[in-house]
Amino acid sequence: MRAAGALVFWLAVWQAAAMWVASELFLPGPLLVLERLCALAATAAFWQTTLMTLLRVLAGMVWGTALGAVLAVVTCASRWADAILSPAVKVIRATPVASFILLVFLWTDRGSVPIVIAALMVLPVVWGNVARGIRQSDPKLLELARAYRFSRLKTGRLVILPSVRPYFLSAVTTSMGLAWKSGVAAEALVWPKLAIGTQIYNTKFYLETADLFAWTLVVILLSLLLERLIAALIGAAERGGEV
Amino acid sequence: MIKVEHVSLSFGDKAVLADFSLTLPAHGVTVLCGPSGCGKTTLLRLLAGLERPDSGSISGIAPHRAAVLFQEDRLFPHRTVAQQLTDVMPRQRRGEVARWLALAELTGEENALPRQLSGGMCRRLALVRTLALGGDVYLLDEPFAGIDPARRQRLMTALKQLDAPVILVSHEQEVANLADHVIRLDGPPLSLLK
Repeated sequence: MRAAGALVFWLAVWQAAAMWVASELFLPGPLLVLERLCALAATAAFWQTTLMTLLRVLAGMVWGTALGAVLAVVTCASRWADAILSPAVKVIRATPVASFILLVFLWTDRGSVPIVIAALMVLPVVWGNVARGIRQSDPKLLELARAYRFSRLKTGRLVILPSVRPYFLSAVTTSMGLAWKSGVAAEALVWPKLAIGTQIYNTKFYLETADLFAWTLVVILLSLLLERLIAALIGAAERGGEV
Repeated sequence: MIKVEHVSLSFGDKAVLADFSLTLPAHGVTVLCGPSGCGKTTLLRLLAGLERPDSGSISGIAPHRAAVLFQEDRLFPHRTVAQQLTDVMPRQRRGEVARWLALAELTGEENALPRQLSGGMCRRLALVRTLALGGDVYLLDEPFAGIDPARRQRLMTALKQLDAPVILVSHEQEVANLADHVIRLDGPPLSLLK
C-alpha cells in the first residue's frame, strides 16, 4: 500500500514536471511514455529485442556469479592465490566500464560484449561477498568439523555454505542492477542486433525521448522482476535446505 | 592406557600446564574434577589433539580417533535434531538415530531446529551426537551442564556401558560421585590433588 502510494506520488511529480517543461522532446509525461511502451509492445521486434537483452544480461550474471564464487573459494583457500588474484579483481572493480566495453569490443563480436561486461561487473561483487561469507564461517564449527573428521565437502556443506548464503544473496541482488546497467550500456556502445541498448542509442537520432523512457522503463521493470525472482528462488532453496 | 608425560603448554605468558604428567584408566568413566579455570579443558583439548603441547608427549590415543564433546554445544544452527546425528554417522549406521534420540529423551523432536530447543535439550543432543560419532576414546567437556540430576544419572549409566574409555571434565562434585574413577585437579598451572 505504501509502495503504491510512493509510486503514485512520483508519477504525479513526473507529470507535473512534464507539464511545467511543456516539451515532449526534453521530458515526455508518463502517459505518453506508457502509450509508446504499449505501441512498442504490440510489435514482435520489441519482444525479440527484450528477450535477447534479457538473455545477454542473464548470461553475464551467470558467468560473473560462477567465476566470482570460484575465485572467492580459491582466494580463501590459498594465500598465494589471494596475493595474485586480489589485485586483479580490485583493478576490475576500479576500471571504468566504458574502457572495458571498448577493449572487449576489440577482442570479441558485438553480441558477446554485453555478456562479458555484465560478467565483469558482477564478478567483483560476488567475489567480495562470498569471500567475506567464507571468512565469517564459525571457527568453533570449523574446529568441530576437523575434530569430527568431516571431509572438505561435508565441512563446506554444513559449516561454510550456511555462512556464505546471506552474503551470496546480497551479492546477487546487488549485482543484478549492475549487470543490467552495464549490459545495456555495452549494447548502446557496440550496437548488437536485437538489443535494448541499441534501441536506446537509436532514439538519439530521431529525438524519440518517449521511446528512450519506454525502453528504460522496460530495463527497470525487468531488473526489479529478476531481483525478486532470484530472491524468491534463493529463499525457497534455503527453506528446502532446512528441512 | 592414556599417558600424559611432562606436558607443558602456555598461552602467552600464562602457563596452563607446566611439566604435567598423568596416567588415565583404560576403562570406564573417569572424571577430571577441578575448579573452573584450572586447565581441565586445555588438558582435554590436548588429549583430543586440538592443542599441541609446547613440550612433553601424550600417548595412547590414535590421531583423530577421539570423539569430542566441546564445552559449548556447537550444534549446526540450520540442521534438525535428526540431521545433527545423521551428519556424524556413516550411512549404514543411520538406523541408530531413534536409539540415540531415545537416550537423549528427544524422541518426537526429530524435525526441531536447535533454536527451538531448551539449553538442556541442546546439551543432551550435543552429547548423544558425540556418542553417535564414536571413537577409541570419548572426551567430554562438562557434558551434564544444564541437565537435571535424574537425566544425569541415566546418561552416566549409558556412558558406563560404552566399549571405549570416557574421560569427562567437570567442576561439579555430584558428577564425580557418579564416575568409576575421579582425578582431582587444581591450577593453573594444572596440578594433581592428592
